[in-house]
Amino acid sequence: MQPDTTTASTLARPALGARSKPNERRKPGLPGRIWWFIAPALVFYAFVTLIPSIRGISDAFTDWDGISITRNFVGLKNFIKIFSDRAALAAIGQTLTIAVAVTVIQNLVGLLLALGIASRIRSRKILSVILFAPAVVTPLVTAYVWKFMYTPGGPLFSIFDMFGIGDLTPSWLGDHRLALWSVIAVIIWQFAGYSMVIFLAGLQAIPKDIVEAAELDGAGSFASTLFIKLPLLGPAFLVNIMLSLTSGLKQFDLVWVMTAGGPGTSTHTISTLIYQNAFQFGYYGFSIALAVMLTLIAIPVSLVQFRIATRSNS
Amino acid sequence: MRRYSWGTGLLEIVMVGTTLVFLVPVYILVNLAFRRMDDLSTPLLPTSQPTIDNFVTAWEQAGLGSALLNSLFITVVSVTLIVIMAALASYPLARVTGGWSRAAYMLFMIGLLLPFQLVFIPLYQTFSSLKILGTPWPLIILYAGHQMPFSIFLYTSFLRALPRDVEEAASIDGANLWQSFWYVVFPILTPVTGTVIILNAILVWNDFMSPLLYLGGSRHQTVPVAIYGFVGEFNTVWPVVFAGLLIGMVPVLLAYFALQERIMQGFNTSARA
Repeated sequence: MQPDTTTASTLARPALGARSKPNERRKPGLPGRIWWFIAPALVFYAFVTLIPSIRGISDAFTDWDGISITRNFVGLKNFIKIFSDRAALAAIGQTLTIAVAVTVIQNLVGLLLALGIASRIRSRKILSVILFAPAVVTPLVTAYVWKFMYTPGGPLFSIFDMFGIGDLTPSWLGDHRLALWSVIAVIIWQFAGYSMVIFLAGLQAIPKDIVEAAELDGAGSFASTLFIKLPLLGPAFLVNIMLSLTSGLKQFDLVWVMTAGGPGTSTHTISTLIYQNAFQFGYYGFSIALAVMLTLIAIPVSLVQFRIATRSNS
Repeated sequence: MRRYSWGTGLLEIVMVGTTLVFLVPVYILVNLAFRRMDDLSTPLLPTSQPTIDNFVTAWEQAGLGSALLNSLFITVVSVTLIVIMAALASYPLARVTGGWSRAAYMLFMIGLLLPFQLVFIPLYQTFSSLKILGTPWPLIILYAGHQMPFSIFLYTSFLRALPRDVEEAASIDGANLWQSFWYVVFPILTPVTGTVIILNAILVWNDFMSPLLYLGGSRHQTVPVAIYGFVGEFNTVWPVVFAGLLIGMVPVLLAYFALQERIMQGFNTSARA
């Protein structure tokens, strides 16, 4: 990260300054007025992120309903309630299930697609464009299309019926044991192409001669994939895993539109529960306590992500 | 090994087949959007008598015309603000190596750890007391502020990797700070500006949660919220819903097919940040 560049330049500058005459050219770099350049960004950022975060965290310790003038300090009550509230515990469990399942399956699918595309097939260009396309479309579209796919007697039923097993079609979004997995499948459908693109970039970064050397030594394409390419895809794996974990943890749109958390609470995520508690039930303190929980769960992942990013950018 | 072998042919068939299966929902989306209301055959069969009535209905009933304009306005204004403010801030953050600069940079980077979920309710109250809920401004302010850390990160890391020679030459030539930023630094940042525009424009255009909160029920709806409200009314009239979805997707898809390489590359960069 910046240690490299900054330490390099701070080390370099005194030496340069010592050589040229004092108070000339490079010495202080830029004048103090340059701080005005940060001001607009800082004002917006403080107004939108810093101040509301602090307010939110302090409100998590109150019983405020979001409307009335009074608010009482209630200590950790909202947080304790999370751990005794069945819906909240279910939502936390489901959020983690989504994050982990999406991370594992989406990356596996993305990897297989990338390996298939990074070959000599002639359609690789068009296929990669098609497979990535859903990632740029609003999840709302995906949610509605799949909600229709899943409707009883809908397209999926018709497909099952073509094979004569229409009666076996499950109730995709209506069955509380299946609904979460139906939603997970849609997330993967939308974003597998995104994982694929990151793996593709990783594959392109592998020097061709390494793979060719292995193949000259008699490694088949399966062996060269397993022993040469996969180990070299380490960075792409890391990037992909962190990306799907963070987006999985914050999942809202697809779930809200497809199931609104139902049936029962079987597909609620932390984010849908936050929304529901704040804007439908008026349990503001509880809702913001959930948001604090989400932040705490997501921070380690984001920190790792930031470390990777700063390292790869140095 | 380097040739198009039987194995490659087999792989080609498998990949094309997989992509076709993957496209089934898209086929159904398009197929149904052109279907007449009284046509009750299975959605899998190609529509025999296509009609554009659904598009007309969706356009009128969902108010998609004004929603597209609102989305466009919000996207253009917020992305412009993001680009200008983030590029400006990155100049001192990348070029001044003192403790203050580091501290300011870290303060911005903390923002990458704070999810939208933590701030949207307190912000709702702020916007409500400012009486600007239901106008495009809360969203513009929100995106500009919330996307600042990420955009600053992209700009700053790019600028740090570049030598200072050019700007210093400019300042020796008597350019003031603003001139050396605008005529020297900002043009150098063009590749990052492209990435920042693409990523933020797609994020803003597609966002659903914040416009749902801050614009829900107002006249200034964005495309996703307009469609959401519209589906609520028309519940199960899927052909009309799908026609509306297609209209809403067109701008993004056009941009995507025109700039696919650049967009994939941009997403790739963002994933690493």
